[in-house]
Amino acid sequence: MGRESHVDLSKTVIAMHDIVKKFGDFVANDGINLTVHKGEVHAILGENGAGKSTLMNVLYGLYHPTSGYIEVNGNKAAIDSPEKAIELGIGMVHQHFMLVQPFSVTENIILGMEPVKGLTVDLKSAREQVIELSQRYGLQVDPDAKIEDISVGMQQRVEILKVLYRGADILILDEPTASLTPQEIGELIEIIGHLTKDGKSIILITHKLKEIKASADYCTIIRQGKYIQTVNVAEVNEDQLAAMMVGRDVTFKVDKKEQKPGEDALVVKNLHGKDYRNVEILKGLDITVRKGEIVGLAGVDGNGQTELVEIITGLRKGTEGSVMIHGKEVFGKTPREIFEAGITSIPADRQKHGLVLQFSVADNLILQNFGEEEFSSHGILKRDAIQKKATELIEKFDVRPRGSEGKPAGQLSGGNQQKVIIAREITNDSELLIAVNPTRGLDVGAIEYVHKYLVEQRNKGKAVLLVSFELDEIMSLSDEIKVIFDGKIVGSVPGRDANENELGLMMAGGGAHE
Amino acid sequence: MFLRNLGLLINATMTYTPPLLLAALGSCFSERSGVVNIGIEGMMTIGAFVGAAMALTCGNPWIAFLVGGLAGALFGLLHAMACVSFQADQTISGTAINFLAPGLAVFLCKAIYDGSSDTPAVDISAKLPKVFDGIFPVGSFWDNVLSNYSVAYLSLVLVAVIWFVFYKTRFGMRLRAVGESPEACDTLGINVYRLRYICVILSGFLAGLGGAYITLATVSQFRPIVIVGQGFMAISAVIFGKFKPQGALLACLLFGFCNGVKVLATSSNVVSPNLISMIPYIVTILALVLFVGTARVPAANGKPFQKAK
Amino acid sequence: MSNTKEKTKNSFGTKILHGNLLYTLISILVGFVVGAILLQAAGISAGEAYGKLVTGVFGKPKFIVWAIVYASPIILTGLSVAFSFQTGVFNIGAEGQYVVGTLAACIVGVFVKVPAVIHVPLCLIAAALAGGLWSMIVAVLKVKRGINEVLSFIMFNWIAYYLSNYVVNIPAVHKEGGGEATKDILESATMLIRSESLQEVLGAGASYNIFVAVIAAVVIAFILNRTTLGYKLKAVGFNRHAAEYGGINSNREIMTAMSISGALAGMGGACQLMGMGMRISQFSSQESFGFQGITVALIGSTNPIGCIFAGLFYGAMKYGGTKLSLVNAPSEIVDIIMGTIIFFIAIAHVFKRLLLSYAGNKKAKGEGGAK
Repeated sequence: MGRESHVDLSKTVIAMHDIVKKFGDFVANDGINLTVHKGEVHAILGENGAGKSTLMNVLYGLYHPTSGYIEVNGNKAAIDSPEKAIELGIGMVHQHFMLVQPFSVTENIILGMEPVKGLTVDLKSAREQVIELSQRYGLQVDPDAKIEDISVGMQQRVEILKVLYRGADILILDEPTASLTPQEIGELIEIIGHLTKDGKSIILITHKLKEIKASADYCTIIRQGKYIQTVNVAEVNEDQLAAMMVGRDVTFKVDKKEQKPGEDALVVKNLHGKDYRNVEILKGLDITVRKGEIVGLAGVDGNGQTELVEIITGLRKGTEGSVMIHGKEVFGKTPREIFEAGITSIPADRQKHGLVLQFSVADNLILQNFGEEEFSSHGILKRDAIQKKATELIEKFDVRPRGSEGKPAGQLSGGNQQKVIIAREITNDSELLIAVNPTRGLDVGAIEYVHKYLVEQRNKGKAVLLVSFELDEIMSLSDEIKVIFDGKIVGSVPGRDANENELGLMMAGGGAHE
Repeated sequence: MFLRNLGLLINATMTYTPPLLLAALGSCFSERSGVVNIGIEGMMTIGAFVGAAMALTCGNPWIAFLVGGLAGALFGLLHAMACVSFQADQTISGTAINFLAPGLAVFLCKAIYDGSSDTPAVDISAKLPKVFDGIFPVGSFWDNVLSNYSVAYLSLVLVAVIWFVFYKTRFGMRLRAVGESPEACDTLGINVYRLRYICVILSGFLAGLGGAYITLATVSQFRPIVIVGQGFMAISAVIFGKFKPQGALLACLLFGFCNGVKVLATSSNVVSPNLISMIPYIVTILALVLFVGTARVPAANGKPFQKAK
Repeated sequence: MSNTKEKTKNSFGTKILHGNLLYTLISILVGFVVGAILLQAAGISAGEAYGKLVTGVFGKPKFIVWAIVYASPIILTGLSVAFSFQTGVFNIGAEGQYVVGTLAACIVGVFVKVPAVIHVPLCLIAAALAGGLWSMIVAVLKVKRGINEVLSFIMFNWIAYYLSNYVVNIPAVHKEGGGEATKDILESATMLIRSESLQEVLGAGASYNIFVAVIAAVVIAFILNRTTLGYKLKAVGFNRHAAEYGGINSNREIMTAMSISGALAGMGGACQLMGMGMRISQFSSQESFGFQGITVALIGSTNPIGCIFAGLFYGAMKYGGTKLSLVNAPSEIVDIIMGTIIFFIAIAHVFKRLLLSYAGNKKAKGEGGAK
């Protein structure tokens, strides 16, 4: 993939010097340097929690650095607010989109810089400006649609337009590809090309090596808040980048022994269901998971994955179809009954579904089992037994810090929260496990841990359904990959034959084949 | 006869509606900007007292009306400090104000008016003027419909003004955005704190006006029980009206109308007045069950926003 | 191992700094200071007024008893609100549940003729059922029709208010000859202390309604902390999604929680009637026991046992407040003090942060030399 570089090394637009940012005792950035030129795509690479977002929030004026200084276009600048950053021509597209859901695309783009005619906001000329901008940079959007009704890809284009509307010359893109299909990622890289050609500079925060190779000129690596080095992307390969990011050699391969899958554990047939807006989102979906295999469900967010899992586990009512777990029909049953039929799950959103953050770790570990004889009798909780169990599981699953049985789960780090959930689910010991984005927001160590655990379950002969937006994760773990698009399974490939482009095409609804 | 009764009904409706509506419009500002304000009740009470006291002191109803609003605004400022600057639990702060403001109102009343918890009656000249008084024959339909206090009609105009502000102006657009996603607004350089301060203070101001209306127009003196419950009814009207000024108007008119029916029916003496008094509340519940359904609460409502440092 | 003692000492200090009690006490102090400033500004001696407040409550044993009698219904409404907070609902309808509780207890107390041993519990049960049912209607509206509970609670407060006034005026219930009130409840339905020797010490109006409040608080604390029911209710209150994921039927638990909360407020009404009021008078405005319950719950940090102390505090302030007119101080100063206390409790986390960072700095300085 040959890419054209538009870097103008004679013009430095951003220079960050020795940036230190502390939160209390925690040092998030520890002496970081960054130089960006006109027309350059500069990647910032680091693991989750390495301090990339903190650094960018400093540049965007959301955080004030503890020490260090910033130069913009050669002049020292005190960026103490986003307003100031915008004034200096810096714009940021946040990883979690900063959009007002019930507002239209146009309203979101102009918010904070609304054109005014007399007393009123001039929506008409705003709309024209939005259309003009979107055509100029090839960012296709519907100016009148409400944010809550448009796709994630379009929401991202709205975010980029927001920044361009403010006349930004330096765009910070924070993990922009997190929920895009490979094709949409390709489009984004193309858009980045248009922008740099126009003289804009891009700072790209990511932990995806492939994208850096495909789009960036330079890459600065950050590890545990510290500046490691800046490299010319053309001169390094992905493995070298990975080693710099993690600080050791990493293997992305997971050991998986060959084994023949057994009987059916989960059989979903002709499943229909509606989403929270009461729109039909599952349109006759079929999927089967057998014992001893990992079935990966690939797809772009919003194609029915969430609803599928919620209907299987009983959190949502489907409109028609059949869900068999170990040969037992559970369609329309309560979460309790379905749990008892023999299914456990690692939910997508650990803070929403996985844990009661205000509850102690011990109480979270009995979320499904508090009514069982081990932990209660005649409605009275057996506090000692609960405590003992917690101590045992914290030890076994290496939840840190030790002795956090009585601590509210909300005080643990994301990785340790996930360990609490895994500890609970593995202890339930059922023959069918559903894991939804089990590694989202975790660092490399924790990701390895979760992957190892999933494969271990499979090797023990359990059935695993892995739902993930990370294609790499699906490809490296699954025995069988199913692609979901628009509420149906549109493709099925054996894990070892999977090809990213082919999967991506199916995820985008093209080239469906059964 | 029918026309005359209709006139009386409209009159009774328009007597009860304006204070409720003023407070409800205030509540719209606060709730839509993301700050729950159950202190409306207290803000109305202090407005009612200060309005009456000012009218007794200076004799000008309009100054008294305005100062009543300012007294409410002062407690709005207090609520804003707690909820916006200190990220307090908004319900707790509102509860505090519902003790503080009425307590202070009666305390001051006793301190100023020789230990009496009621103020003396406000002289007719210091009351809010009736615009069309004396133009129509006394007791005629048009007399009943139009003879109400001038603010009664101003409050209706205010709905249109606030609707315009909410949906057409830059301030209104930002206000609604801040109630949905303060984080997004913050990244766009909108000052979330300042906007919420303005809205909460405005909510206190309007609630104070609503309270002052009662003592300057309907009741003509301050008594500790002059407000009791109306602030909460205003909040209900806003939830009922789905957090929109025009919706709040409809809800307030419904409450006012039921109240009008109540007044007329009570005078007929057929059914127990206490049973008739339940009508507005039962109608509200029924209307919610049958027609209105769930209101979409502004997404950031009740959640303190803390700016990163 | 050798520094275990040091550690416990530290953790005790940290515990105080991290807990709620210290900040509640600070808020109470601030409340009294603000009250004093206002009194002085109004030309009333704060010393005299506060002195009256203290002697009005502690001057004689029977004063103390009365303060406790005053406290009992508010402890129960406080408990009702605290329980609702713990289970994720804001029971602003305790007022109405309290009223229908009083009403049910009154009807059973006036018309049912049974011995006291049965009569008192019967009245309490009737009140609890009435309050629970009143709240349950709101719960059903919330769960089945998605209707905002704050709104319906406020409506139901008013319906209860007029219902009570209606019942008071039904001829069969109305007191014969004069007085806008119901008949008195039968002797057997009162919670008055009938032992003459005890009456001599405690005063004529002494009642044992406090025991109902304390027992209720202990039972509620037990339910919340030690039972699967409490586990379910709290899980739903904190995070209903996670609770549902764990197999808990959140709609059912919300209804259970709101019913229990309503029952507590209803019992508060019974305690007021059977321990103090003896009859229901026609209301001219809401009695505010429910709203006072919100205050008690907040001062008690929504902890059931905390509510006992907060309720006693409020009861004492309320009872003492009735005597302030003797020194020409407006009794509303009590409302102002209570309002200030809640206001500072609302922003207590600010003090907490300040104190903790101060303590942290001091500790860091202390350790600085060693490192």
